Amino acid sequence: MPFEFLVALRFLREGRMQTLLIMAGVTVGVAVVVFITALITGLQANLVQRTLGSQAHIVIRPPEEVARPTLDRASADIAARVESRAQRLRSIDQWEAVFARLAETPGIVGASPMVSGPAFASRGNASKSVAILGVDAELYRKVVSIEDDMVAGRFRPSGTDAVIGIELARDLGVAMGDKIRLATAGNREDLVTVVGMFDVGTKDLNRRWVFTSMKLAQNLLDLPGGVTNIDLTVSELFGAEATARTIAGQTGLLAESWMQTNAQLLSALRAQTASTLTIRVFVTLIVALGIASVLVVSVVQKQKEIGILRAMGASQGRILRVFLIQGGLVAVVGSILGSAIAAALVSLFARFVRSADGSALFTPLLEPSLFFTTWLVALATGVLAATLPARRAAKLDPAQAIRST
Amino acid sequence: MSTSVLSLADVHKSYNVGTAVEAEVLHGIDLELAAGEFVALIGPSGSGKSTLLNIIGLLERPTSGKVRIQGEEVTALDDTGLTRLRGRTLGFIFQFHHLLPAFSALENVLMPLVIERGRRDAEMRERAAALLDAVGLANAAEKKPAELSGGMQQRVAIARALAVRPPLVLADEPTGNLDTHTGDDVFALMRRFNEQHGSAFLIVTHDPRLAARCDRRIELVDGRVVAGAR
Repeated sequence: MPFEFLVALRFLREGRMQTLLIMAGVTVGVAVVVFITALITGLQANLVQRTLGSQAHIVIRPPEEVARPTLDRASADIAARVESRAQRLRSIDQWEAVFARLAETPGIVGASPMVSGPAFASRGNASKSVAILGVDAELYRKVVSIEDDMVAGRFRPSGTDAVIGIELARDLGVAMGDKIRLATAGNREDLVTVVGMFDVGTKDLNRRWVFTSMKLAQNLLDLPGGVTNIDLTVSELFGAEATARTIAGQTGLLAESWMQTNAQLLSALRAQTASTLTIRVFVTLIVALGIASVLVVSVVQKQKEIGILRAMGASQGRILRVFLIQGGLVAVVGSILGSAIAAALVSLFARFVRSADGSALFTPLLEPSLFFTTWLVALATGVLAATLPARRAAKLDPAQAIRST
Repeated sequence: MSTSVLSLADVHKSYNVGTAVEAEVLHGIDLELAAGEFVALIGPSGSGKSTLLNIIGLLERPTSGKVRIQGEEVTALDDTGLTRLRGRTLGFIFQFHHLLPAFSALENVLMPLVIERGRRDAEMRERAAALLDAVGLANAAEKKPAELSGGMQQRVAIARALAVRPPLVLADEPTGNLDTHTGDDVFALMRRFNEQHGSAFLIVTHDPRLAARCDRRIELVDGRVVAGAR
């Protein structure tokens, strides 16, 4: 064992009570940081999952049509009022090219074209206003985890098969295999068979969404070969807005990220993240101060030994490292213990904190990377906190240190 | 002299230099020690013995003058150089033994070797064990200093001072804290090592009986060498 480790370990062992106390301090600190982080990460993942489970991260639409004043620029006439144009349903211009390009953009993990527009769903005398969503089932599944929300049948809108929400099914009194009539404003209509029912957790959506094949939707909405929007999933959730802006810039289309459409959720998430960060920073600071103060005392107590070691030929650098290693060791051992405690807390939390119906509220997320970064931060904190005492130890005048009692 | 292990030329030492309480403790010390010599450094309290020993031990720097150890001029060395030279060429025996309480007797003897080479190895262990055996403490190897008597502790300290086979051992009142009988044993041990290993010894002592048994006596009075400089 190298000299520095040998002496550092022995010094720690000799200072029993101090070592135990400061290790306990690090342990508690690390446990708090890991547990809080796991809790907030879990909570956020849960919130995001609930919100984004049924919606795309980025939706791309054709640009809005604007009214172009036809006045001659040279004339002095000024349009006093320009009315905005009624936005008719339009396809994304050359959407196949856009789609192919998006599929190659880094950071985008799923893209699904969609043909959507308003319609009426009717059966017998009942008629409901709905939104037709014509999708390619395969592609759509990669963007939205709709399969998880199916309560009956499979998510397979194709041909004249449609998938509807449970509220709409109830309103129209349809069961699996029943037919409903879809009619659009252009007096186009078609009969579709219900092959699946979903519950995305929002009644309004359960009532309005009708998934059909793209072809059927294109016919009904009079958009042959067109799509009204492209839904995207990105790998970096909180990078969605930046990606959306890049896409908008490149294609000239409208690109809206979930961060825009859920601004409130986003600010809540950010506030949580900020408060977690604050807690982590302060706990780290307290742990660092604890380590530093214990080591400062230790340097004073060990003055004579330091002097003896110096007299025997130990350089200042060696003495410095002996104390840096002590800080590091305390931090590493404390953070391993703290991580274990945090893991235990997380499993307790998952078992005992439940919603009224007994289902787990949400599971705190303990990612391996969390442990890894915590250990690294703890190690760095320990070594940094030890710097001041270690420098003091190294700078001790050996002659005086030996004389001290 | 070619086999000089230590040579001091016009060494002065002042404390609080540049302040109103500046005090010169050593006033131009000239000193020679040949290899393998066994020398006593005597003098009344306050004569500057400890300061002189600290300067020779490279624990303090002289205010002016030259110090050579094994022919190497030390005044030009930085802290790292001094530390290295100290570890390689000097052994220390202190009045209150100053063993490391957290380490066993054997580990204490090992320590200068570990410091010199960076880590422990089996050969070192053997050498340390042989030294402990030579001071008659083979059975106490695994004991902590607190479990040993004063005489035993001082013998461990002697074994430690000799671990790196230094050409010069500095002893500061090595028997000052021991009864006469134990003191004699410790002194005999130093003498034996001096003869067997050829290490030179410079022993600060108050005991005229022990001083009389050294090859030479250097007498220091009021910061000046009055006898035995060479």
